Amino acid sequence: MIQNNPVGRLIAHVILIIGILIVAFPIYYTFVASTQTLQEILRPPLSLLPGGHFWENYSAALFGGVGRIGGVGVDRLLFNTLVMALGIAIGKICISILSAYAIVFFRFPGRMIFFWLIFITLMLPVEVRILPTYKIMVDLGLIDTYTGLILPLMASATATLLFRQFFMTIPGELVEAARVDGAGPWRFFKDILLPLSKTNIAALFVILFIYGWTQYLWPLLMTNRNDMSTIVIGLRKMISFADADTEWHLVMVTCILAILPPIVVVVLMQRWFVRGLVETEK
Amino acid sequence: MASSTRVTFPNKFLPYLLLAPQLAITAIFFYWPASQAIYQSVLREDPFGLSTQFVGLDNFRRVLGDPNYLNSLQVTVIFSVATALIAMALALLLAVMADKVIRGKGIYRTLLIWPYAVAPAIAGMLWLFLFNPSMGTLAYLFRSTGYNWDPLLNGDQAMVLIVSAAAWKQISYNFLFFVAGLQSIPKSLIEAAAIDGAGETKRFWTIVFPLLAPTTFFLLVVNTVYAFFDTFGIIHAVTGGGPGKATETLVYKVYNDGFVNLILGDSAAQSVILMIIVIGLTAIQFRYVERKVHYG
Repeated sequence: MIQNNPVGRLIAHVILIIGILIVAFPIYYTFVASTQTLQEILRPPLSLLPGGHFWENYSAALFGGVGRIGGVGVDRLLFNTLVMALGIAIGKICISILSAYAIVFFRFPGRMIFFWLIFITLMLPVEVRILPTYKIMVDLGLIDTYTGLILPLMASATATLLFRQFFMTIPGELVEAARVDGAGPWRFFKDILLPLSKTNIAALFVILFIYGWTQYLWPLLMTNRNDMSTIVIGLRKMISFADADTEWHLVMVTCILAILPPIVVVVLMQRWFVRGLVETEK
Repeated sequence: MASSTRVTFPNKFLPYLLLAPQLAITAIFFYWPASQAIYQSVLREDPFGLSTQFVGLDNFRRVLGDPNYLNSLQVTVIFSVATALIAMALALLLAVMADKVIRGKGIYRTLLIWPYAVAPAIAGMLWLFLFNPSMGTLAYLFRSTGYNWDPLLNGDQAMVLIVSAAAWKQISYNFLFFVAGLQSIPKSLIEAAAIDGAGETKRFWTIVFPLLAPTTFFLLVVNTVYAFFDTFGIIHAVTGGGPGKATETLVYKVYNDGFVNLILGDSAAQSVILMIIVIGLTAIQFRYVERKVHYG
């Protein structure tokens, strides 16, 4: 072995720890700020240890405090974001597993045309067609609705490609055996394909949940009413440096609450997440 | 591509039914608006929206001749290159270090990946809390050393702030890919070089780094796409394109011209230019997928 060098390894540990400190610091700082009083936050430098106002600030923010600033409670913002993230994740997985199933396990006229029609959407992110898409949403009356927040983000070439790639590794004998045993396409899908796809679905779920939770441009356009806003947009509206009486301690609490759920998902489902990330991009 | 001998189900109608949901959403929310953008990009509407006329490529000519557009193109290039380089360099350094240590690998990984879950806009806000001149502790430290720090007034400092936030958020992603890339390099190669007397630095630059090239190139494309499109939230939340137009990227300008200034023809032409950029980037990415390393 070459890496038998304890000094080198020590340096590696030190660099990693410095890296972690840099990566964690902005979040830690915001957490510390969320446990201080408004006066303490406005008078830098801030202490590097959490203050004693954790319960006070968090209960103030959760029970009415954020509603006072933003016009809508933080519980409502979190709920909207959760609906959006879950809707996008589940919706995307459903429609793309079905279309990948059609493309891999059936032969029908126009199959490759449909595949390419889906594939090309990779090249049309929301950002390049903002205005016309917005106009369609207005015409369909989907502004300020959950449908409007979720539906247009549900079509995904990446998820379809991932399932297609995975389905193509499933041996033909399996299909044959199922057909010999008299299983129709639905039975095959439900009893064989779905159980085999479990890890892929879990991995995709984590990535899509994060994708949905962190959306910015789309909810910014889709929501006018405060009570339909997502937490990221709500937070953006709360931040105003020009305004002397912004309640920064509550802003910090909201910030932590907005970050926490997706971080918990990533850390708890780390195994699937890492696999999914490296696989989807393959 | 699937071979034609693949065993399939004989149904004729079912596959269309299975494809219908995705195709419907794709048609309504992707193809229709994209074609509208292309259509509007060759039209000119009067200020009251009463009449439109066909103007050919005039909108494109005006957009590409507009110093503001060229400025935002320059801003986008500087922003993307800086973000990609910083995020990738730091991630590579951390991945190489993580590859070296024996104990604590899992913990280091867990502690390094969670910024992936932070929304870009929130990443921007976190950095703003640290660095805004009125209450940020680090801004306070800068100023107490006599440095005139004010990203709300100084364009270069605003750029530094959004690049830091954008790169910070992207480190986790790059880290995971570099770790996977490093693991796929055969240890025997490195050992052989060590026996031949190559030092650690030399081994890195002559063996490890060239073998990582596919991963690096792939990440370069992904990071560029990220800096172009996914960082809208950071810019909207932190600088609003300002001060002046110092941080107005192409995507921010499309949004601003379309929604705030309501110049439809120009905004549509800008959308079409962006589409061409994405198509180019995606083409590069997929051409290269064929030759990419496959992680065990």
